Amino acid sequence: MKIHSTLLISLVVATLLGAACITASAATSPDAPPVILIQNATVLTVTKGTIEHGSVLIKDGKIAEVGANVKAPSGAQVIDGTGMFVTPGIIDCHSHIAVDGSVNEGSISVSSIANIAEVLDSDDISIYRDLAGGVTTANILHGSANSIGGQTIVIKLRWGQPAAKLPFEGALPGIKFALGENPKRSNFSVRGAERRYPASRMGVEETIRAAFTEARDYKNAWEAYNKKVATGEKNLIPPRRDLRLDPLVEVLEGKRYVHSHCYREDEILMLLRVAKEFGFKVRTLQHVLEGYKVADEIAAAGTGASTFSDWWAYKVEAYDAIPYNAALMTKRGVLVSINSDDAEEATHLNQEAAKSMKFGGLSHDEALKLVTINPAIQLGIDRHVGSIEVGKDADLVIYNHDPLSAYAVVQKTLIDGRVYFDRQKDIAGRPALEKEKKALLEKEKAAAKKPEEKKAEKPDEAKKPEEKKPEDKKKPEDMPKMPQVDVNGGAR
Amino acid sequence: MNFSATKIVRPLYLICFLSLIYLTPLAAAQSPAPAVYAVTHAKLVTLAGPPIDDGTVVIKDGKIAAIGAAVEVPAGAQVIDAKGLQVSPGLFDPVTQMGLSEIGAVGSTVDTTETGPFNPDVVAATAVFPSSEHIPVTRASGVTEVLSVPGSGGFDSGGNRGLLAGQASAIHLAGWTMDEMQIKRSAAMVINWPTISTTTFDFATFSRKQKPYAEAKQEYEKQVNQLTDVLESARHYAQAMGHGGPSDFERDVKLEALVPVLRGQLPVLVFADRARDIRNAVEFCEKQKLRMILAGGEEAYKVKDLLRSKDVPVILRPVLTDPDEEDDAYDRLLSEPAELSAAGVKFALASFDNSFARRLGQNAANAIAHGLSPEEGLKSVTLYPAQILGISDQLGTLQVGKVANIIVTNGDPLELTTEVKYLFIRGQLTSTDNRHKHLYEKYLNRPKPSPGQKPT
Repeated sequence: MKIHSTLLISLVVATLLGAACITASAATSPDAPPVILIQNATVLTVTKGTIEHGSVLIKDGKIAEVGANVKAPSGAQVIDGTGMFVTPGIIDCHSHIAVDGSVNEGSISVSSIANIAEVLDSDDISIYRDLAGGVTTANILHGSANSIGGQTIVIKLRWGQPAAKLPFEGALPGIKFALGENPKRSNFSVRGAERRYPASRMGVEETIRAAFTEARDYKNAWEAYNKKVATGEKNLIPPRRDLRLDPLVEVLEGKRYVHSHCYREDEILMLLRVAKEFGFKVRTLQHVLEGYKVADEIAAAGTGASTFSDWWAYKVEAYDAIPYNAALMTKRGVLVSINSDDAEEATHLNQEAAKSMKFGGLSHDEALKLVTINPAIQLGIDRHVGSIEVGKDADLVIYNHDPLSAYAVVQKTLIDGRVYFDRQKDIAGRPALEKEKKALLEKEKAAAKKPEEKKAEKPDEAKKPEEKKPEDKKKPEDMPKMPQVDVNGGAR
Repeated sequence: MNFSATKIVRPLYLICFLSLIYLTPLAAAQSPAPAVYAVTHAKLVTLAGPPIDDGTVVIKDGKIAAIGAAVEVPAGAQVIDAKGLQVSPGLFDPVTQMGLSEIGAVGSTVDTTETGPFNPDVVAATAVFPSSEHIPVTRASGVTEVLSVPGSGGFDSGGNRGLLAGQASAIHLAGWTMDEMQIKRSAAMVINWPTISTTTFDFATFSRKQKPYAEAKQEYEKQVNQLTDVLESARHYAQAMGHGGPSDFERDVKLEALVPVLRGQLPVLVFADRARDIRNAVEFCEKQKLRMILAGGEEAYKVKDLLRSKDVPVILRPVLTDPDEEDDAYDRLLSEPAELSAAGVKFALASFDNSFARRLGQNAANAIAHGLSPEEGLKSVTLYPAQILGISDQLGTLQVGKVANIIVTNGDPLELTTEVKYLFIRGQLTSTDNRHKHLYEKYLNRPKPSPGQKPT
């Protein structure tokens, strides 16, 4: 009873806090009108065909009606979609945005104890920029420094909301694995540190096998214990809790998805073999640039593949990468998505998907699926998002052009029926922001001029804002354009 | 200890890859003899006048021999019926590391950057590998010529690119040897303009460190002074060269390489992104009487009036790049070309990369989507790079007498889904085959695993 009342109190507190957060963010978060009707647009539903001059009715954050003849209920906010294209929100199956600090706990080869969910940063400007590129949902992954990396989380890009509001309700958590050059540290070394195990692809397999062997024993020990408890045995000592193995047990129980960074055909098959040995499924192979070589095997294993559109040659394991990868795997029956791994790349995932029409001849629908319903299925959230269907979350993008064109520009992005990005509003708001920035700089300058604080510095130096080199920009986790040693602790 | 082992393994990998390269049927890359071609019934986007809806272009001896609506097909010409297709100048990527870097992470395949700050004597064309797999992959996307630029970054540079990084070479993306590929061996001298940076990366602690502004500025000034000294020495050297024969003074290859720069014969390609750095670089080049081309130019919009008044052209980094500052508008780089165009600043677009060179058209299309006119967009990846590098007498438009670097596409050459159907480089019908296509075809035809053979 005591436990229950504590729970209740914390629930009440949480609710109050939540309410407070909503109020606090009301100034910056978008309006949430109860009913929106997007009218007279080309509606690309993804799963139910394309409706010319179609409408989408949004109620309570969900898609209420889709069709050619939807009447606006009284009081509905009407968005004129003439000449516009409406698609489901873009889903990025491999992202590192909204993370505070390093995405890699790179010190150990099995870092399953670390959890990205604990370091979500709702102030990361990449959330807004990706939103402006039509992304509504992202799979936030730990880096690829380790054979078994940290725990991962799916978020919605609810810009302006606190970190606690970002997680995608009901989405299963994941764990990052990584194979090949990154976990074996082929392309970099940490100064002063001894070379760690594993240093070969053989070692990567054994690192994973050893961890799951431990996890299986640990699971068995707990099951044996719980069985004894159930039969009423007294004075039992429970097995020691292991926070590193708990997530791996969840993998064995199918309660946590494995998202594995990989490149080469051999390591792809290796992981599928190990997963079979321990009786778990690999939910997605990430990058999987040589997936096209073993597409039949990936399809047979029922594993998804999430790849780049056209990255190649930044390292040896990316030298056989081809832009036909997504199309070829699709044609062999693999469930494929195109991901970003990079905040900027995410802003044009629609364009990256379009390349699969040219490279490998996917249809318009198949190409659009690569960044909508396919990643939704891969992340187990397709009941809620990924297509424009009645009952699904109203996560929508309005483009001024066919989204599978380089000329398409996002006009509005909606999440849960709320407009989180509006291009016209963004542009209209710029003078005010500029004014605010100027005022702040003036204030800073005035403060800097106080003689007791800034005696030593010349005034013309003090007013200059600090500059960053382009090299210091936040770099994507697997981006080819990075310097040799990753600022985040080394992984690419 | 294992470190040496990887050092050995890497070249082994490489040998495997190189043998693949040599086994690739190179013969398919180009037709053997110079022939006469006539591309008929095409939409001609000449960029030298309004488009012609149904026209013919005749290619002879590597050049455009005739072009227009009423052009006769010469006897014996190989005719390509291009009904429904579009003919445009091939795309020109004016900042790449083409041929200088094969696999970014493998140092032994990378020749982009020399050690030390001053290497004005090194020339890209010397190390461009004609068999690089990047060349056919890139030209399949419609890029027919590039500037290969030493010290322009790339994967392995680790940020150290040198102040005077060497001479950039303009090259065709086809040819058996550099002699055939070369457009202009020395097209520009690369200067990586120093920047005042208050953040540094400390490898000992693996973290970012802040440096006081005064200290950063001191370092910056030291570098600018070094640059000034080198140019002064070269100026004296040029004077000495003017008096008497080579035996009368001590030869210095580095200073000698700078003489064409000081004489205004060779432009400097100055990499700078921040407004303050650009301003300083413009002032410096004016003082030193150098012909400046700005490369990078993320904040060129902030100094557009200066750039226009000083006639400094800009080669912009890809518009598909995250804005540098958190409070920059999300489309800051996307809308920059339109802004520069409206301000009358001459600019071109470039990939600044190797493996992403095939995104050149995509970048131009995105600039158009954000306000640049379609014609300016196409010119910024064809005519303008040629003009900026002083080779528009040979390239950049479809005009009689120009080198026939031509693409025939099934639509807008900048659009993602458009295919290059025919490609002419130096007037030769050139294959669009490449490593990626070969691997695709090979695995497209992989038989299903046989029933006895259990998958995984």
